[in-house]
This record gives sequence, structure tokens and C-alpha cells, in this order.
Amino acid sequence: MTYYENVFIARQDISQPQAEALGEAFAKVVADLGGKVTKREYWGLRNLAFRIKKNRKGHYLLLNIDAPATAVHEMERQMRINEDVIRHLTVRVEELEEGPSAMMRARDQRDERPGRGDRFGGDRFGGDRDRPRRSRDEEGGRRDFGSDEGERGRT
Amino acid sequence: MNGARKPGGRGGAFFRRRKSCPFTGDKAPKIDYKDVRLLSRYVSERGKIVPSRISAVSAKKQRELANAIKRARFLALIPYAVR
Repeated sequence: MTYYENVFIARQDISQPQAEALGEAFAKVVADLGGKVTKREYWGLRNLAFRIKKNRKGHYLLLNIDAPATAVHEMERQMRINEDVIRHLTVRVEELEEGPSAMMRARDQRDERPGRGDRFGGDRFGGDRDRPRRSRDEEGGRRDFGSDEGERGRT
Repeated sequence: MNGARKPGGRGGAFFRRRKSCPFTGDKAPKIDYKDVRLLSRYVSERGKIVPSRISAVSAKKQRELANAIKRARFLALIPYAVR
């Protein structure tokens, strides 16, 4: 059997239990076809970086799957049919990650974060206009989301 | 292979140490499309992928990184374009 990772995004209007039930349903599809889901993660209702089918937010779910291809095909087919799923991505991986994924780890230590400012010797980056500035980027992103919500409130 | 310094006798104010690939070595982070914080370091403010000549990522890892960024974009974790 092969290892897969599947991330799908559910519509923002459904509740968290509904979203998790959705994950359970897809896990069952895989299980019925001779595979197994080794990990199920709910990332929460996250802001989308852009609108997808008029949604600004979405419930993210991650499934780690050890299953034959046919089971994954069937699961993907059902995801395409299901209107609560606005996007899904399945990738084949060499090995399934155990423990919480990067996303969950990031949420756990959101507050205290060691400064890694000069890891890349900031020197060269400093001269470039189009450079990655992590902290600013993130703050900027948050501010954007904030204003988005404001807009939504008004309309 | 990767020399520690740039060839040529450019000394003084313009001297720059050759940086090594941030994804090579023992404690290198794993490139993962789910790791938004890691990826956002290699994306410009406009949302573009930073060229490897600036970020000093090796060619092999840059391909991997580009792939991860594109996956993260597809999942709306990071934007395709800002503004």
C-alpha cells in the first residue's frame, strides 16, 4: 500500500463537528476499500489567502492515509461531488508523519517564538527590495485579514 | 565544492561571505507545504518565490521549495499574489 497525505477545505458555513464528521466520512470510504487513515487532524477554521467559491474562511482537515490507489481515487471522487468540500489536495509521500504536523506545531507555539532574524546573514537580503521579511509579512497578512472581515461586516 | 568565499579579490566593504544552503546539513528544516511560516520566508512581499541566488538555497532544494510553495498556494495557505 502507498502513503498519501490529503488536505481538504470545507465550506465556512458548516460547524466544526460537521467538518470533523466529513473527515470521518472520507476516512470510512478509505477504510471500506481496504486502506486505513493513520491520522486525522483538524486545523480549525482558517482564513483563506484568497476567496474560493465565495468563501473567505474554511475548515482545514488533514488525513494521513495508507491505502491502495483505488481507495484514494474513490475518496477524491466523493470529495469532488460533495459541495461542502471547496478544495482538496492529495499528495503521495515517502513516509507518513507521526505526531502533529507543522501546522499544529505552529499553532501550539504561536506566542513565544525565538528570533531568527540573522539566520541568513540579513546583510544580503537587506539590500533587496523584494526580500522575504518574515515578521512583517506575517503582520501584514494579519492586518489584511482584519480589514477583510471589516468589509464583510459592512456589506 | 562550495567555496567559503567568492573568488576574486573583492575586499573591503563589498566583501560577502558565501552563504550555504539553509536546507542542507544536519539541522536543516524539512521542506513541507504545510509549514507556512517556513515557506513565507522564501516568498517576497508581493507573494513571489524568492530566487535562489538571493536566498542561497541549492538548486535541488529550490525545486523542492518551489513545489511546496505552489502546493501551499493551492490550499490558500499563502497568496498567489498580494494586491
